[in-house]
Amino acid sequence: MKNFKGFIIFVIVLALTWLLLTGSLGKDELLIGGLSLVLVAILFFGYSDLYRALKITPKIILFYPLYLLVFLKELIVANFDVASRVVRPSLPINPGIVAVKTSLKDPLSKLILANSITLTPGTLTVDVKDDTLFIHWIDVKGKDVEEATKEISRKFERILKEIVK
Amino acid sequence: MVVVGKILVLIGSIFLFLGSLGIFRMPDVYNRLQAGTKATTLGALSLILGVGFMNGSFLVKSIVLIIFIVLTNPISSSTIARASHKAGIPLVKESVVDVCKDNVRKEEA
Repeated sequence: MKNFKGFIIFVIVLALTWLLLTGSLGKDELLIGGLSLVLVAILFFGYSDLYRALKITPKIILFYPLYLLVFLKELIVANFDVASRVVRPSLPINPGIVAVKTSLKDPLSKLILANSITLTPGTLTVDVKDDTLFIHWIDVKGKDVEEATKEISRKFERILKEIVK
Repeated sequence: MVVVGKILVLIGSIFLFLGSLGIFRMPDVYNRLQAGTKATTLGALSLILGVGFMNGSFLVKSIVLIIFIVLTNPISSSTIARASHKAGIPLVKESVVDVCKDNVRKEEA
């Protein structure tokens, strides 16, 4: 089985979701959870390939929380940024769509990066094509690829490289 | 705990309100999505967490809900933005640059 690792992570994610949602270790809940887990795992076996990109090394214990922290900080900054633009009567926007190059190869890594970009200050992923992300930027600070990459994705990519392929 | 929860719910509703105001004030689809996505993510996040704090038995469930919202919200707005761009909805005329459009034209030529 070539994507055994992805499948294991998939099952762990499913089991954790179920346990957190039911919040109990009763016999009935575990039985139903186990049955639905088997069913879902069989039905979506093909998609479990996606999780293969996650790295499992001792380092991730440090970098997962770090990524979460960076992400939360950016999310809160993003909100104040957009909120302040919205409330100002002059509506200070300078929008445009820029391209950003990423060195991440795997679909899951690109998904995480694109989602993180969408949730951070003034940027919204419009499209992903191979290694280029097209991003709508509410306040364009640099029109060319290098500048945009530096401003938008560098801070995430640095940490993401440690947790995914 | 209850007080913290109430404050979080208040913050959440303020951000949700600002988000709706943004959707109302912004000039084009993409800018509206910007306001919509970010404000509603943090707004809903803070609101749900607030409910979790106010009623301890909901706390774990509210964290699961938050994870789902954080995972799905950006995907949906990305998809809307992509679909709008493919459908040829133009950017507002103040826009400074549209790399994506240039790319499409090059491919067609």
